[in-house]
Amino acid sequence: MYKNWWKILGALLVIYSTIAGFLSDVPMLPILHQSIRNLYFHVPMWFGMIVLFSVSVYHSIKFLSNSNPQHDLKAVESVNVGVVYGILGIITGAIWAKFTWGQAWSFDVKQNFAAIALLLYFAYLVLRNAIDEEQKRAKISAIYNIFAFPMMVVLLFVLPRLSDSLHPGNGGNPGFNSYDLDSRMRAVFYPACLGWILVGYWIYTILYRVRSLEKNNTI
Amino acid sequence: MKKISVTFLMLMLTLQLFAQNGDSSLTESVYATGKIYVVVACIVLILFGLLFFLFTIEKRLKKLEEKSSTKN
Repeated sequence: MYKNWWKILGALLVIYSTIAGFLSDVPMLPILHQSIRNLYFHVPMWFGMIVLFSVSVYHSIKFLSNSNPQHDLKAVESVNVGVVYGILGIITGAIWAKFTWGQAWSFDVKQNFAAIALLLYFAYLVLRNAIDEEQKRAKISAIYNIFAFPMMVVLLFVLPRLSDSLHPGNGGNPGFNSYDLDSRMRAVFYPACLGWILVGYWIYTILYRVRSLEKNNTI
Repeated sequence: MKKISVTFLMLMLTLQLFAQNGDSSLTESVYATGKIYVVVACIVLILFGLLFFLFTIEKRLKKLEEKSSTKN
């Protein structure tokens, strides 16, 4: 059990951030009103996705240096969880946008580029399935993954800042932290991010173990 | 009758004005009645259940792993 402390920590942080996310005081801002609480649920999805994709890139680089097939499995499974987080992030973003920006998909640069970033990783998963030979598949998809990661970072954090966007933190809009993410919100927001990251990593370890079990049993 | 309805309509207008000030109407209705705790209780129960479920899945997985390692 002592090795599983971070799983319990993640579970507790997620539960804490949900309770505090609903019941704690939030600053009253125009348009957002109570929907600012979405910050505790929508943003951690993206942070979790980025951490999982970083884990994937790490294992892709590891695979290229020592061609241990276990690293390939780790890279795929962390992308799998990351993509689920990303889909949840984009849907919660659309719901939030529906009630603050007026429509679910306003073809805002942030939304469009987030969708493209997700498509990049869908392409990774499709690419893997298109190659039958195991060594080749692992090598090509590892190289693709290493290229996809910086592109995802640019699409999510650089390009939206260069043009007008409704999303906070982009296109001259101040991020939440500049004027209204006060200390009360930080006390919920950071634990929420850490908690969801830990839960995502936990799901990834489970998926990886299932996949390596499947692989061992088929040989 | 017309006068009464006009007065009523005007009252409605002021009501709307009041709704814009201070706390939003949501705070008054949802939080003041304390019913938000019901929603929080449900969500926490669901989260708790799902996270517990993850633990049990992992336990089953561990058993499978032990079985397959002794077989090989």
